[in-house]
Amino acid sequence: MRAAVVVFPGSNCDRDMAVALKAAGADVQMVWHKDAALPDGLDLIAVPGGFSFGDYLRCGAIAAQSPICQAVVAHVNRGGYALGVCNGFQVLTETGLLPGALMRNAGLKFICKDVGLTVATSDSAFTEGYHAGDVVSFPVAHHDGNYTADAETLATLQGEDRIAFTYASNPNGSLGDIAGVLSENRRVLGMMPHPERAVDAGHGGTDGQALFGGLLGQLTNA
Amino acid sequence: MKARVHVMLKNGVLDPQGAAIQHALGSLGFSGVEAVRQGKVIELDLADGTTEATIAQMCDKLLANVVIESYKIEVL
Repeated sequence: MRAAVVVFPGSNCDRDMAVALKAAGADVQMVWHKDAALPDGLDLIAVPGGFSFGDYLRCGAIAAQSPICQAVVAHVNRGGYALGVCNGFQVLTETGLLPGALMRNAGLKFICKDVGLTVATSDSAFTEGYHAGDVVSFPVAHHDGNYTADAETLATLQGEDRIAFTYASNPNGSLGDIAGVLSENRRVLGMMPHPERAVDAGHGGTDGQALFGGLLGQLTNA
Repeated sequence: MKARVHVMLKNGVLDPQGAAIQHALGSLGFSGVEAVRQGKVIELDLADGTTEATIAQMCDKLLANVVIESYKIEVL
């Protein structure tokens, strides 16, 4: 599988993402935010956590207009896979590739801790390594992770089985305890918790390995 | 020409920052503050003749996230 990780000047989970993808067996390249094109033959583009453009205006808003994000949109529109974690999730909602928006945490504080997540569906390349109902532990580290969407969008997400992960104990006020959502074609996943920080026993847990392993299995066979 | 864009969270979208401000005003002894909503104001210096429709495009594409925010354009 060929994967690439977008790097913005304030990205700070880009290398963690590359390490997690490589450990699962992917061929990984880093792409700079000013690049206007993604590598040829790319299967997966990952938009990592961190900060982008100071997160001025709204988190991810300026990044969503950067040259590389236009290429990410084109990649997804061609049927390519995309994974956005934390700031990457915010960027993907700002591009319109995923529904809803991420607002300031309900408690107004930055939250940095491990959280329990329930796998809400195993029906995606990202979650097929889990069983629906599994409870996993991933770290969160965000100030704006409060997922919101209108009632119609929420009903659509629920009706189409597009909620990927929910919080076992809601840390940030997210609507419906939503921690991660899938696109309509199930090839784009955005989530606030960090699976790439849960792939090495030395860092506290390995629950994220199944996400990257499952993805590799699906995309390598594709 | 100048324009001022007011961006506010839509009605019905919970505003945790507004709620915190309301709480703080209460703590300062200001009674009767029934609700607070926080938004932002963006001032634009524009070439003369820029249409309100163009400013609306700026709002839709970047200045507001219309999933959660509404905007009002004031041409000065």
